[in-house]
Amino acid sequence: MIARFPGRRFAGRVARHAILILTAAFALLPFVWMVSLSLKPPEEIFQADFHLWPTAFHGVENYRVALTAAPMFRFLLNGLLVCTAIFALQLLVCIPCAYALAKLRFRGRDTLFSAVLVGLLLPPQALAIPHFVMLNVFGLLDTYAALILPWAISTFGIFLLRQFFRSIPDEIIRAARLDGLGEFEIIWRIMIPMTAPALTAFGIFSVVAHWNDLFWPLIAVRREEISTPALGILLFRDDEAGQFFGPLMAGAVIIVAPLLVAFLIAQRRFIDGLAVTTMR
Amino acid sequence: MGVRSRPYGLAAMAEIELRHIEKSYGETAVVKGVSLSIRDGEFLTLVGPSGCGKSTLLRIIAGLEEQDDGEVMVDGRCVNDKRPKERDVAMVFQSYALYPHLNVFDNLALPLRTRRLSFAQRLPFVGRALPGRGGIEKTIRAEVEQAASMLDIAHLLHRKPGQLSGGQRQRVALGRAMVRHPAVFLMDEPLSNLDAKLRVQMRAEIIALHRRLGVTFVYVTHDQAEAMTMSDRVAVMTAGELLQVGQPEQLYRDPQDLRVAEMIGSPKINVVSCDHWISLGASLPPGVDGNTTHLAFRPEAVGIAAPGDRRLNGVVASVENLGADIFLNVALADGCGTVVVRTHPDGSRSEPGRPVGLQIDPACLLQFDSAGMRQRQAEQVGAAG
Repeated sequence: MIARFPGRRFAGRVARHAILILTAAFALLPFVWMVSLSLKPPEEIFQADFHLWPTAFHGVENYRVALTAAPMFRFLLNGLLVCTAIFALQLLVCIPCAYALAKLRFRGRDTLFSAVLVGLLLPPQALAIPHFVMLNVFGLLDTYAALILPWAISTFGIFLLRQFFRSIPDEIIRAARLDGLGEFEIIWRIMIPMTAPALTAFGIFSVVAHWNDLFWPLIAVRREEISTPALGILLFRDDEAGQFFGPLMAGAVIIVAPLLVAFLIAQRRFIDGLAVTTMR
Repeated sequence: MGVRSRPYGLAAMAEIELRHIEKSYGETAVVKGVSLSIRDGEFLTLVGPSGCGKSTLLRIIAGLEEQDDGEVMVDGRCVNDKRPKERDVAMVFQSYALYPHLNVFDNLALPLRTRRLSFAQRLPFVGRALPGRGGIEKTIRAEVEQAASMLDIAHLLHRKPGQLSGGQRQRVALGRAMVRHPAVFLMDEPLSNLDAKLRVQMRAEIIALHRRLGVTFVYVTHDQAEAMTMSDRVAVMTAGELLQVGQPEQLYRDPQDLRVAEMIGSPKINVVSCDHWISLGASLPPGVDGNTTHLAFRPEAVGIAAPGDRRLNGVVASVENLGADIFLNVALADGCGTVVVRTHPDGSRSEPGRPVGLQIDPACLLQFDSAGMRQRQAEQVGAAG
């Protein structure tokens, strides 16, 4: 393409990028601040003048405290376990549900889908007390199960995957039936590979939400051994508020890092998944 | 027609009989009491305008769709409660419906794998390690390669469907259907996504494939030219009803119903109502019966003559020269419609605007009543007189 107004085009691009950079900076600022604080000694944190890079480098001490004062690796491991289990259960429930809602014809399907939409409207906090009571009845409070089971069914996941499954042509499913695939095999061999970007996107939503979740673990769990990272980080604050800002921030950095790495790895697929959603 | 030898693989006999098939979606009746028998080894085409229920009928034969009433019989056995995979049919879809995440080889191998490997051998991850799988995979590979070389796609086995052209995808879809030697091939508008040139080429290839396999083909299309050129017999459907079944030339020369006459043949058959005929001052041909409301004649049954008193007269509106034939569109007076006339290029040239008379061969005149039904007796009287 030949630009008719090269000057104007260039100015437009500069303006576009300026806006994008500004927004990105705005979003990144808390992270930068977090990293900066995690490297500073306690005195400097409360100083009036602000340096991005600490005048006295205290990073080693802060990170040592963060890693030793609390069982940080244990928290990370718990986080990994809980998030993996939640996501696995969600897939186990969502994929067949979404397939049935998208591609099978049965009486009451639309009513069921409306029920899913209603479920989407409910804030998870509203269900906290019923969940708490139920877990108490089954004697599951303060266990891994208490962290995992309430999230096993994701209405958001059912909704998202149903939309994706609907975009797969019926003829492919008919062809698969004629080729001798059963319904579960159609899901496994056709639907899942064809909607991999959507599943990745859903995975990121799910893992980020539950890795960072503080509300529910705070209610369901008291033991340190099964605390998730977000809950574990509270230990720093609880002890002597204020004094431990450096290690607290160091802990926060350690907790955020795995998510960032995972996102960077899955970034391409995540964006593909979202792009497909917007196209429909 | 009739039973052909089956050189490629061993397919079962398959006569299909549909008995009073009914299907509706909600309030709309899509298929209305269709009965049809399809002979073993026959190439039968279901033709009709879009939305006439022909694809639904095909899916009912495949078992992908359940009819509300009626029976589907294959070789005298009712298959109503058999699932698609148990019916020994294969289908080629309009969109080809290839699996986009699998390469051509795996697309072709899938129907064989689902049939030959046991449940355990098909399990993800574990299945590969199970005994016996290697041997089965080997024979599958050989059969896929044989089918692929028959269709001239052997060099594409490692590509994904997204990397293929329309014609290549079409071949892969055919390959996936034939690789497991079904007794019946069902094709749902398989050529409508191809460009005109490729369509003609694939038409010939599908006919050749039918000859080679010798199994029953049921082919759905809205294109009467495909129906006429490819089929042993054609079944014409409109609005869920089966109007007529017959050999292509029979449908062309001897249609039961005005809608069949209008659907088959290109350019379309000329239809002039008796009222127009009279109002234009032409005398009705001999033998036209009181029930007859419409007279129809093919473009080749009309000749151009000088305008005359007792015949249909009009003015040449446009001329279409196709090389071998020239079609004249003759506008009848008073807005009574147009008549298409086929003329020979060697004959006298007609320019638009020239007044002409139409000379219609009375033996080729078809009479229809107000419901569109053919009036045969009246025609016989007319031919005799």
